[in-house]
Amino acid sequence: MVNGVVVEFPALKLMLLLPALGVVFNLFLGRRAGRAIVNVVSVAAVVGAFLLALWALGELLALPAGSALKATLWSWIYVGPLQIDLGLRFDALAAVMTLVVSGVGSIIHLYSCGYMGEDPDYARFFAYMNLFTLSMLVLVLGNNLLFMFIGWEGVGLCSYLLIAFWYDNAQFAYNGRKAFVVNRIGDAGFLLGIFALAAAFASRGLWTLDFAAMREHISLVSSAVATMAGLLFFLGATGKSAQIPLYVWLPDAMVGPTPVSALIHAATMVTAGVYMVARLGFLYQLTPATMEVVAAVGAITAFFAATVALAQSDIKRVLAYSTISQIGYMFLGAGAGAFGAAIFHIVTHAFFKALLFLGAGSVMHALGGEQDMSRMGGLRRKLPVTHATMLVATLAITAVPGFSGFFSKDEILEAAYVSGHYWLWGLGVITAGLTGLYMFRLFFLTFYGRSRVEAARLPRLHESPAVMTIPLVILALLSLGGGWIGLPAGMLWGDRIGEFLRPVVGQVKSVPGLEALALSAVASAAALSGLVLAFVFYVAAPGLPERAAAWSGALYRALREKYYVDELYDFLVTRPLFFLSDVAFDRVIDSYAIEGLVDGAAAAARGGAAAIRRVETGNVQHYALTYLCGALAVLAYCLYYSMRHG
Amino acid sequence: MTPVSYYLVLGAALFAIGVAGVVIRRNLIVIFMSIEVMLNAVNLTLVALGRALGSTDGQVMVFFVMTVGAAEAAVGLALILAAFRSRHTIKADELNLMRW
Amino acid sequence: MEVGVFAFFAVLAVVSALGVVLQRSPVHSLLALVATLLAISALLIGLGAVAIGFLLAIVYVGAIVVVFLFVIWLLNLQRDPGEPGHLAAKFFGAFAVAALTAELFAFFVRAPVGPPPAPAGYGSVDRLADLIFRDYLVAFEATSLLLLVAVVGAVAVARRWPADQPRRSGAGASAHGELRRAERA
Repeated sequence: MVNGVVVEFPALKLMLLLPALGVVFNLFLGRRAGRAIVNVVSVAAVVGAFLLALWALGELLALPAGSALKATLWSWIYVGPLQIDLGLRFDALAAVMTLVVSGVGSIIHLYSCGYMGEDPDYARFFAYMNLFTLSMLVLVLGNNLLFMFIGWEGVGLCSYLLIAFWYDNAQFAYNGRKAFVVNRIGDAGFLLGIFALAAAFASRGLWTLDFAAMREHISLVSSAVATMAGLLFFLGATGKSAQIPLYVWLPDAMVGPTPVSALIHAATMVTAGVYMVARLGFLYQLTPATMEVVAAVGAITAFFAATVALAQSDIKRVLAYSTISQIGYMFLGAGAGAFGAAIFHIVTHAFFKALLFLGAGSVMHALGGEQDMSRMGGLRRKLPVTHATMLVATLAITAVPGFSGFFSKDEILEAAYVSGHYWLWGLGVITAGLTGLYMFRLFFLTFYGRSRVEAARLPRLHESPAVMTIPLVILALLSLGGGWIGLPAGMLWGDRIGEFLRPVVGQVKSVPGLEALALSAVASAAALSGLVLAFVFYVAAPGLPERAAAWSGALYRALREKYYVDELYDFLVTRPLFFLSDVAFDRVIDSYAIEGLVDGAAAAARGGAAAIRRVETGNVQHYALTYLCGALAVLAYCLYYSMRHG
Repeated sequence: MTPVSYYLVLGAALFAIGVAGVVIRRNLIVIFMSIEVMLNAVNLTLVALGRALGSTDGQVMVFFVMTVGAAEAAVGLALILAAFRSRHTIKADELNLMRW
Repeated sequence: MEVGVFAFFAVLAVVSALGVVLQRSPVHSLLALVATLLAISALLIGLGAVAIGFLLAIVYVGAIVVVFLFVIWLLNLQRDPGEPGHLAAKFFGAFAVAALTAELFAFFVRAPVGPPPAPAGYGSVDRLADLIFRDYLVAFEATSLLLLVAVVGAVAVARRWPADQPRRSGAGASAHGELRRAERA
């Protein structure tokens, strides 16, 4: 299938070096260098990586389809037949992800210069951000599972550090820990998946974790092992990409600075799970059962999160649930075999979701940190740029035809339908309607209607500075036009991104034009009806929502309380764990077994030393005598040996 | 002619006597003398084996052993002098500052 | 060398070596050492190592033994009053030495029977010089350096240092005293 060539391209190393230098600079010199220099260095590091990625893309496009660029940083693990290098591989899939990570990353870094302008800890912030960029690039460029895992853990660490960035708030620090712990559960799955796959290959004599080699020899893996490994990897993906059952950390992650939410918890890191599944597509295609699980979890998560988003009042929380929902779409596409569509949705989602978060950040910036939509409203005139760009993003996420989200979401739903997942397709269409509803609810509550802003904040209400609005405009343009790189096949220039990715992620079945049109029409109708419903509820008849909430009663409460999932986990997992660690581990094992072991070791050392130290008489002759005894023993052995062997 | 093994056994006996002096005597000077006995027992062994093998290298070894023995005697006796000055004894078991 | 001559010098060497170890007075020990060395040098000459045998007698008896004698005089040690010491250590030491003797004997008894006749010029100064100044030249030069360092070191260690005399004894004694006090406490 892959008949392209692999070309050495050392500049890939530079792509990692730039953010790494940024980290070192910000960490050690950032405080002394001052705000302006930190801003320049941090942004330049990421922009530099983006330009290098563009250069690499140009090189890649000049090669035949299915080619890749590679570079090797260092030899890493050389144990017997197992040889793992820290190698980079820039193929079509990595190219798309790299451009998204460094491109959207550049925009968000630029925005951060304004957003974090008054924070005293800006050097630490930018150090973490650059470290995140570095880790994410490692994740997407790593040419083997272990190197990818380093990046995977690195982004997890940065996520934790940035969620808990304002660590003096105990709740924020707690949320950071929660994200870290939940991610660890997924990471364990990822790691076990690596072990399973490595063992499966090694038992057939192939010692490798390299993606290209594994892909070539995937037929060596039995379908049982492939199923197990696929499910374990998917567990890892649910942790990182916030899917059921491990999605609970993402809404709480919104306490971090808003650029962080935009970059890490919307545009890039949370899509790493989708990228990983697409990267391992050759494994998933072996096992239809695993693909079904991926598709079902994706669709159910998409629907579930969309319903929760309907009843949230915190602007960032709505966006968090919408992220979960959109990633659910991506997994639906991946599970249906349309890895290309899933990656395409990563790209468009990165544009409009980053824009939504940055727009929300702009609103919060204007309102002095206010996040509650019930204290917003009527901001249209005060924040014209934010309003216009947010409108574009909202239309894009609602998948209004012509906007970027439409093309990618349409491809996913079409793939789900074509592959025979009619129920999941139906769920996807309903979710599309819900998406329109909750997104325009957010939009209308924020920018339209009567102003509910606290009086004290009104005089200081202002549009954000240019350093923040320019990124918004750039992202708005991308949200508007970004989808046109993946038109339906046969229309104008066709599905360029799909063709670009095809050698890496494989081909999908498609349907005849008319049927595809019908499918698009259904999905678009659902999305637009959500939009209209939102308009009726929140603009035309503002009293309606309260009545609807009162009417639906328990259901509404359940939605507002996020189906009580946190409470459920608390009851099922956290409390038993605390009980176990408190009673069994702390009071029994720790007090007796471990302390006994530790104290015993100390006592044994003390007693032994007290006995042995008498050997040190200080008398040289005793030492000589001991030495003589040793010489005697050696001599006796030599004698014995010479007698035995002549 | 005397068999070589006689020389070797004699060397072994002298070496063992030297070791006995090192281990048993407490006077540092006598310990040094015992070490000289040990060195020369080895010298005898070297020359005897060299003769058995028809090689002169053993004698060159003896030459070096003598040189090293001379150097060792010079430094060792100087150390004994210094020890006697500061501790007023040359008994090996009384010079035990390194004791636990 | 005839067996009778060998036996004479062998007995002389063993008896005088025992004298080195067993004599009470260091001076007597030293005289016994002289006898041992002379017996050994005779045996070496008998083995054909004429040059080395004479060298041994001259260097050891003429130089090293005299240095011993000087030190004994300098320290004014006539007899060693408290010699008997720890009986257990002595017993154990004697036992170990016996074991050593037995093991070495077991080794050497099985050596080749008789030495082949010495080639012409064996053990002569010519032959020795040939080896030392060609094959072992580097080792020889290193030895000269060793002797130089030993001489300087011996002078440095044994010399009286009037300026820091109090510091050396004072510091050593007080450190030792502290150790002892800590032990008692």
